[in-house]
Amino acid sequence: MKRIADFFKGTYLGLMLLFLYAPIIVLMVFSFNESKTMGHWSGFSFKWYEALLSDATIMDALWVTLSVAIISAIAATAIGTFAAIGIHSMKKSPKSVVENISQLPMVNPDLVTGISFMMLFALLGIKGGYTRMLIAHITFNIPYVIFSVLPKLRQSSNNLYEAAMDLGCTPWMALRKVVIPDIMPGIVSGFILSFTLSLDDFVVSWFATSGIQNLSIYIYSIARRGISPKINALSAIMFVAVMTLLLFVNLRSLKEEREAEKQIKRL
Amino acid sequence: MKRTVFAYPYIVWMLIFILAPMLLIVWYAFTKNGAFTLTNLGAALRDPIYMQVLARSVWIAFEATVICLLLGYPIAWMLSTMKKSTAAILYVLFVVPMWMNFLLRTYAWQALLDSAGILNSILAFFGLPPQNLLYTEEAIMLGTVYNFLPFMVLPIYSVLVKLDKSLVEAAYDLGANGVTTFFKVILPQSIPGVISGITMVFIPAITAFAISRLLGGSKFMLYGDLIENQFITLGRDAWPVGSALSFILLVLVLISMAVMRRAEREAGEEGGMLW
Repeated sequence: MKRIADFFKGTYLGLMLLFLYAPIIVLMVFSFNESKTMGHWSGFSFKWYEALLSDATIMDALWVTLSVAIISAIAATAIGTFAAIGIHSMKKSPKSVVENISQLPMVNPDLVTGISFMMLFALLGIKGGYTRMLIAHITFNIPYVIFSVLPKLRQSSNNLYEAAMDLGCTPWMALRKVVIPDIMPGIVSGFILSFTLSLDDFVVSWFATSGIQNLSIYIYSIARRGISPKINALSAIMFVAVMTLLLFVNLRSLKEEREAEKQIKRL
Repeated sequence: MKRTVFAYPYIVWMLIFILAPMLLIVWYAFTKNGAFTLTNLGAALRDPIYMQVLARSVWIAFEATVICLLLGYPIAWMLSTMKKSTAAILYVLFVVPMWMNFLLRTYAWQALLDSAGILNSILAFFGLPPQNLLYTEEAIMLGTVYNFLPFMVLPIYSVLVKLDKSLVEAAYDLGANGVTTFFKVILPQSIPGVISGITMVFIPAITAFAISRLLGGSKFMLYGDLIENQFITLGRDAWPVGSALSFILLVLVLISMAVMRRAEREAGEEGGMLW
């Protein structure tokens, strides 16, 4: 009975994994296909990868994606961390007002956020596509930083900051030497979250900017016109990159867990 | 110096880039030449084509949510009954596709379903006639389910894995069979996970717009496409009606969130009454 159940479980989970991965794997396999169609295999070739790497538009889009992700994550982490420190010491009612408004970008559908940016930028006369994308990404990233840092602030004691001041620290020094090291894990996870959200964003960028493409916008504009083997090659590269990154992150957290366990045992 | 000062730069940013854009939508949706009006909202609500598109969007999102739940719940449940180390690996495998760019995931199905694509080659191999798979309502459904399935598995699994296994054993000891145990013990306890799964699928599905464009062509417009069309194709003259459409979408999302929260609270109360 148990064996039948296990067999059934295995089959079901296998089929579901096949459903999730088969499309990506087929794309990856056909990215090495000689011919343009995906119907039949006509020989192994790297030509789509060569075409991809020598395509200036794609390289520009890649540059926009990466630079916006890095700059917006750094800016959002800086603004968001200080915001969280400030919000944490606010009185109850202004605190809840600021927290509620900060949740708007997280609750709002991306589509609505994107459109609201489009109207705002047009009215403010902000023309540069890159600036628009940067502002939009910083804005939707900040709340994620704030809400990763706030719980850490709640865990850490306010007395530490006061004590540092009593011992002669300036507020700035107390912040740098005492508060920020204490909330570092929250800051780091806020940064990572911001970076990945920015990297993956399509909808907000699509509406907020004009005349500039990140990878998502590029893929959308090509895919709307049908299948392109270059996109197959791009998918393969991105999938491998994501897998490597996730493996790295998971291994790191596994290692941290083990070390934490060891420490607990020592205690 | 008070520490609240550190929040001031953000508060300025927040007022300009979070609050002001939202107020703009409300402003454009409800004014005409600076005076309050309901005509924009009326135009958005009375147009039969707009309403048809809205109904289709809600229906597709609803169907996709049901399918995700039916496919995803068993996955989460099976993972939760496995050995911890095996479950951890499988869990990562089910979650990884979430991290892949969603346009690429959608594009993958576009490539599979294409008339010259691999599924039609397989049909041809068996001597079957080629089918029109792409640019159908079913293709949109498939793409939506494919994109959002991991978002259903994730929250249900995290609730089920914490479920006290001795309760299940107790039910068996008291003579319940597998089916009764599932419906009376496991399912009621996992409702919070199910509700957040439904929220995480239904709301993005109702507001998605690129999926329908890539897999449905221009034949099956969804509400997101309609809004995009107002703003991108029609330009500034269409801002008032476009804002009204966005406002309707926002209200729809807020209503569904409120319904889910309420369902969650009621489930919690019911769980309490059991004891």
